Amino acid sequence: MKLLSTKATCNSHGQDSSYFLGWEEYEKNPYDNVHNPKGIIQMGLAENQLSFDLLESWLAKNPDASGFKRDGKSIFRELALFQDYHGMPAFKQALVDFMAEIRGNKVTFDPNHIVLTAGSTSANETLMFCLAEKGEAFLLPTPYYPGFDRDLKWRTGVEIVPIHCTSSNNFQVTEQALQQAYQEAQKRNLKVKGVMVTNPSNPLGTTMSRSELNLLVDFIKENKDMHLISDEIYSGTVFSSPNFISVMEILKDRNDFNNSKDADNIFERVHVVYSLSKDLGLPGFRVGAIYSENDTVVAAATKMSSFGLISSQTQYLLSAMLGDKKFTKNYLAENLKRLKKRQNKLVSGLQKAGISCLESNAGLFCWVDMRHLLHSNTFEAEMELWKKIVYQVGLNISPGSSCHCTEPGWFRVCFANMSEETLKLAMKRLKAFVVESTGNVNGVTTKSTKRNLLTKWVFRLSSRDQRDQQEER
Amino acid sequence: MKLLSTKATCNSHGQDSSYFLGWQEYEKNPYDEVQNPKGIIQMGLAENQLSFDLLESWLAKNPDVAGFKRDGKSIFRELALFQDYHGLPSFKKALVDFMAEIRGNKVTFDPNHIVLTAGATSANETLMFCLAEQGEAFLLPTPYYPGFDRDLKWRTGVEIVPIQCTSTNNFQITESALQQAYEEAKNKNLKVKGVLVTNPSNPLGTTMSKSELNLLIDFIKDNKDMHLISDEIYSGTVFTSPSFISVMEILKERNDFKDFDADISERVHVVYSLSKDLGLPGFRVGAIYSENDMVVAAATKMSSFGLVSSQTQYLLSSMLGDKKFTKNYIFENQKRLKKRQKMLVNGLQKAGISCLETNNAGLFCWVDMRHLLNSNTFEAEMELWKKILFDVRLNISPGASCHCTEPGWFRVCFANMSEDTLNLAMKRLKDFVANSINGEGCSNNKKKTRSTQASRSFTKKSISNWVFRLSSRDHREQEER
Repeated sequence: MKLLSTKATCNSHGQDSSYFLGWEEYEKNPYDNVHNPKGIIQMGLAENQLSFDLLESWLAKNPDASGFKRDGKSIFRELALFQDYHGMPAFKQALVDFMAEIRGNKVTFDPNHIVLTAGSTSANETLMFCLAEKGEAFLLPTPYYPGFDRDLKWRTGVEIVPIHCTSSNNFQVTEQALQQAYQEAQKRNLKVKGVMVTNPSNPLGTTMSRSELNLLVDFIKENKDMHLISDEIYSGTVFSSPNFISVMEILKDRNDFNNSKDADNIFERVHVVYSLSKDLGLPGFRVGAIYSENDTVVAAATKMSSFGLISSQTQYLLSAMLGDKKFTKNYLAENLKRLKKRQNKLVSGLQKAGISCLESNAGLFCWVDMRHLLHSNTFEAEMELWKKIVYQVGLNISPGSSCHCTEPGWFRVCFANMSEETLKLAMKRLKAFVVESTGNVNGVTTKSTKRNLLTKWVFRLSSRDQRDQQEER
Repeated sequence: MKLLSTKATCNSHGQDSSYFLGWQEYEKNPYDEVQNPKGIIQMGLAENQLSFDLLESWLAKNPDVAGFKRDGKSIFRELALFQDYHGLPSFKKALVDFMAEIRGNKVTFDPNHIVLTAGATSANETLMFCLAEQGEAFLLPTPYYPGFDRDLKWRTGVEIVPIQCTSTNNFQITESALQQAYEEAKNKNLKVKGVLVTNPSNPLGTTMSKSELNLLIDFIKDNKDMHLISDEIYSGTVFTSPSFISVMEILKERNDFKDFDADISERVHVVYSLSKDLGLPGFRVGAIYSENDMVVAAATKMSSFGLVSSQTQYLLSSMLGDKKFTKNYIFENQKRLKKRQKMLVNGLQKAGISCLETNNAGLFCWVDMRHLLNSNTFEAEMELWKKILFDVRLNISPGASCHCTEPGWFRVCFANMSEDTLNLAMKRLKDFVANSINGEGCSNNKKKTRSTQASRSFTKKSISNWVFRLSSRDHREQEER
């Protein structure tokens, strides 16, 4: 019997059980500084909660924007009826201006080349539908955001082939790794339609270097069917040097050299994805975008955006907010300042626990090196350590294996989704744990008990499917 | 070279050119009472503009809601962060209550079985992804909403096989038509995964009868892999008898009679949206309702690709949670729709044009202009449509675009304009028909009217030019339901 589609039924498998576990444990026992001071602290959510006051203050000064008014006049009807998949012109203009501002106005964007989508989750899937199909693949550098496994592959049939990056060079993309990934795709009989990167990177928290970006543009240059997608969702979170360099800037530079070979049609094969979920901390509002100089892609993606349009109520509010240049200028500067300070706190706290992380300059998290705390250089040991940290230390962090990292022992730890006090407490707990661990290897449960526990958890969770939640970037 | 996917490049084909034309002509020359009184009147948009004052009055009385406040306290942060694909609980509750209210509380819905999506467009596609795949098909009664060709088929690979309905019985579904459609699917080597109906119907503007609904349930009952999807997006627009009967009500009855297969409840799914009943297409609020846990689980995850803005969920949870408001709204809205539909029907009558007599719902009439055709062909329908667009200056939807098997039927909307504009439209139509009858005639007309010129210039070649130009400029070809 085949009542449902393959997509609907395969879905319950292939999800990383550590997410189920971590989420559920947190939900059962969430930290609250008054009501549950011993609870689990959520450090697996890449949310930006540091600058809401700036948004709220703007809203208080501009009540009309949320009250469906423009220049004191009600535009409720207009907004209620506005479902044009070309998007609200005022909002597109404000959005591209904001994107340019984030890039220091070194590049500008044409509002006619922007496609609005309900979040970058929708943007990424839509791009896959437009650029590739079953039997084809995109290459992604590891470690990468776990959600991509579903967003890029699930309904599209497109495959992901990893570009293995390692700590030997701070996980940067190398030519060799690119070639290896390409070969792997060939072996698997997959046609490579291009490369997709997240820049700044999730989970690394680093910006890509000029040479990496040029390497990628060179890579796709040769093969005229290949694309480069740059998900720049964290572009507004670059809090220290080196500055953020968008792939659009690289293209512009190369174009300026008037190298006709380069100019061929590269512009039409590079696409940028953006969203307001991280920079502005508004994941609930579902605001994403695809930017492309390729008219056919824009046309197709625009029609596909029918399946995930942004509420006109939200488009209008944000067109007003982002259209306020005084606000955006101050917001961007202040937000970065706070992110930098908060990241410093995490890094110092980790240091005090004898833990180091990848030197990072962006994002809402650190890529933390706990290899020295592993029993063995294996992913089983990573899972063991992760479970200790969830249950004993009471911190929900993201294990590197869930991000397809090739080296065990790395974890993503978020810093922008909690108060300073909570972060301090988390660091205190971690330090205590490390001191205890390194000074004491007794009292650790046996291997088999742990395996049984994990199997039980996986069984229970897949039949109850309670909170196999969304991947939080 | 294969730079883009097949889906991206095939897209520019297969779209009805009449939409491009109609839309573009309207955009070039839109009617405005003051600025452009001779312009084209838009009657191809199934929008409900009759009850905005009720919504605006509620908003004025409840200013906190749009301002991200609950009980005077700001919940902005909570909403800004809320991206749970399970949906805002208070909104789901308010929505299912509203859906039950529309159905006279004859059925109730469990909020845990609702999946929120960015509009019914998203809901329908998502259901297809969950229930079927390439090589499989859903049967749809004709005429049907043109947007389904894209929504159900484009990215999913699922096919649509039409269940041909005719005017002989007011376009109701018959057993023989169902069987014929099933056979056709088999001939095309497609596995039939079920039936999808829009009830009340777009473009017919009629509610399905109990017997039709039972027929459909009987049809899927015996084949355990088949589903029945009922898109009830217009359920709140039923303005006159017979009352709306939801498929959920039928299921409940059969359940009571113990004449059912226990798993039928798991193979019937309802789609809803606030775009028509509340007139809020811009807010992107749709939903899938299913008793099938696996469908709910899969659709919930898929809704990640089209979640409803938390800002909007909150606003509507408050509005729909106000039962005093909803009770009055539903009632008043239907009253106004009824009145407006009557105006259209009367106006058409005065022009000697009738429409489907069973019209009791929706935002449009299914209008019979067969007697105005030169011949009983779709070419003649296109000719007439162009005359109406260019000479009468009304943009209406030709039946061919809805896959109707009989030429000469048109969908004409009545709820997206003022009363005065509707009156003017009817006047123009009456004059056109009168002129057509008075000696100009259809086949004897030697005068070069604009429409004839337009007909000549819009030959097949021109149409392809249009399609090419428009798909590259991609101006305004969204399907409006």
